[in-house]
Amino acid sequence: MQVTLKLYASLSDYLPDEAKRTNEWPMDVPEGTTVGDMIARHQLPERLVHLVLVNGHFIPPGSRASRVLAADDVLAIWPPVAGG
Amino acid sequence: MAWTRKILRVNLTDRTTKSEPLNMEWANDYLGQRGLATKYLVSEIDPKVDPLSPENKIIWATGPLTGTMASTGGRYSVVTKGPLTGAIACSNSGGYFGAELKFAGWDMVIIEGRASSPVYLSIENDKVEIRDASHLWGKTVWETEETLKSEHQDPQVRVSCIGRTGEAGVLYAAIVNDLHRAAGRSGVGAVAGSKNLKALVVRGTLGVGNLANPKEFMKVTFEKKKILKENAVTGQGLPTYGTQVLMNVINEIGAMPTRNHKDVQFEGARKISAEAMHEPRESDGKAQLVNNQGCFGCTIACGRISKIDQTHYTVVNSPKYWGASGGLEYEAAWSLGCANGVDDIEALQYANMLCNEDGFDPISFGATIGAVMELYEMGVLTKEEIGIEAPFGSARALTFLAEQTARGEGFGKIVGLGSKRLCEKYGHPELSMSVKGQEFPAYDARGVQGMGLTYATSNRGACHLRSYTISSEVLGIPVKTDPHTTEGKPALVKAFQDATAVVDSSGLCVFTTFAWALSDIQPQLQAACEGDWSMEKLDLMGERIWNMERQFNNAAGFTRKDDDLPPRLKTEAAKVGPAKGLVSGIDKMIPEYYALRGWDSEGRPTAETVARLGL
Repeated sequence: MQVTLKLYASLSDYLPDEAKRTNEWPMDVPEGTTVGDMIARHQLPERLVHLVLVNGHFIPPGSRASRVLAADDVLAIWPPVAGG
Repeated sequence: MAWTRKILRVNLTDRTTKSEPLNMEWANDYLGQRGLATKYLVSEIDPKVDPLSPENKIIWATGPLTGTMASTGGRYSVVTKGPLTGAIACSNSGGYFGAELKFAGWDMVIIEGRASSPVYLSIENDKVEIRDASHLWGKTVWETEETLKSEHQDPQVRVSCIGRTGEAGVLYAAIVNDLHRAAGRSGVGAVAGSKNLKALVVRGTLGVGNLANPKEFMKVTFEKKKILKENAVTGQGLPTYGTQVLMNVINEIGAMPTRNHKDVQFEGARKISAEAMHEPRESDGKAQLVNNQGCFGCTIACGRISKIDQTHYTVVNSPKYWGASGGLEYEAAWSLGCANGVDDIEALQYANMLCNEDGFDPISFGATIGAVMELYEMGVLTKEEIGIEAPFGSARALTFLAEQTARGEGFGKIVGLGSKRLCEKYGHPELSMSVKGQEFPAYDARGVQGMGLTYATSNRGACHLRSYTISSEVLGIPVKTDPHTTEGKPALVKAFQDATAVVDSSGLCVFTTFAWALSDIQPQLQAACEGDWSMEKLDLMGERIWNMERQFNNAAGFTRKDDDLPPRLKTEAAKVGPAKGLVSGIDKMIPEYYALRGWDSEGRPTAETVARLGL
């Protein structure tokens, strides 16, 4: 199934070149893939995985391993950031 | 003590200046900056005074930690009755002006009356002069600062001044220091302009050497700076990406006010985000972002310094805009961009530079253009009236109207009234996205429920910085709460409001609170200021300041009905995204908030509350 991984701020470095100008990385993943699987597969450092959203909804750290992605889901991840 | 214990009182009508002792009893109850200046203002003016009359006063105020070695200790506030809202106005700025005022030996400058002709105030330690500013009238902020530095033959003087919009009475005119730091909101610049006051020019060489416990202060400020450095947000996220990093976050959660709040997600957000500012442009191969910048004493340095694309239509024939300049920050990128559907990041930076150059608030300006564009699309406003075709998404309309507003020309005069008066003028008051006449900032109250209550109850009109619950509802600082529920939000908003009132009165920047709790600021105050500065005292003080502002607004005529949001946010549900189907639950939150505050059903502090807070 296809999902989209979005990586922002310093996590942009983990995107392939062709995705760097959009921060969006569409990809095929096996059924049953979890948020935690995606973080591990792309070797995203734990200290940089802070704000995790699936379709805009917040996924608490304790739920990442169990949250299974569905087709067309959008997983977006930020390092610790803030604004004003 | 960290106060200089001196106030400078200036009467522009009589052209007199005098030094007064700071009321230390009040300083003990209201600390400094926002709290203490507001105490002076509400004690000295009639709440019903016309904000642009000589009877209004305007105060430049530092806090006890301004000018010290505490991180971010460079803040000052401008406090007055605001012309955009008719409510209390308190605008906070960074840069270097605040510390310089302290170094000159003044906690506060209170301006009274109205000069018969343009003047500026020159402060060189104890030497204070009201000087002629006829030659400065009509000059921009940038020209004024350059002229004054040249005339004073001192590049180290600091200037806090108005541009042409402040002179013209644009109701959201700002007061700008250090070229692109601003006391930006609520029209404080128009009040200065109404007094024929162009600028304060300050040179201070006295330093701040009067701390209660210098050794302890050095120790504790060092420890607290370490926390800021080691925190991922204040140590890395903010310096690298600035506030603009929120553009994609807020869009992703579906709380991005778009096209005058018709939509909650903007398809062009990525193109105007922090990530876009870092990328090489196709035209010249350079990124818009040049560097980050810190204000006085700041160890975070979130400020953005950028260079516009020299080939862009806005500046191709105007080399004066080609140099490095402030921006884009998130609020300006949102208001000039998303609020109008404009995704041309160079056009946004150009409009942002005009806001800095001529001193007007990009939030209120951009949000007003959002209303203009909606009225244009409805056919209420025409190309002939505006002077240009102005559909949503038109970068040319945005930059044209920014130029007109800066210069006080054409339709820019109407834009300068703000969205409330503009929408009323054209028969659609419901289209002004504002509270108490001040425009919303960059978070949609349907997607982040606590922000709706923040806006509705903010004492200076819609404002995110009076209780920035985004920290909790979106970013999880200090704990994550659900942005879609109203449950618990009255208590959350109250807690943020009271704590922020203390931070805003200290001389420090509220951005420290991404890493610090109030309990990290408390020992810094305790070491700097003589007397008791316990957490219990600070908690009560924050509440006291909030209620003092509220009492002023009540006396000025504000009631329960003014603590409300525009009908769009209460009746038109979010169309897409995580908040799809939601409207603001403001009507549910207000009664609980009033009860928590100890206010009656009309939003007035009860006699018991007034007594408990010592008001």
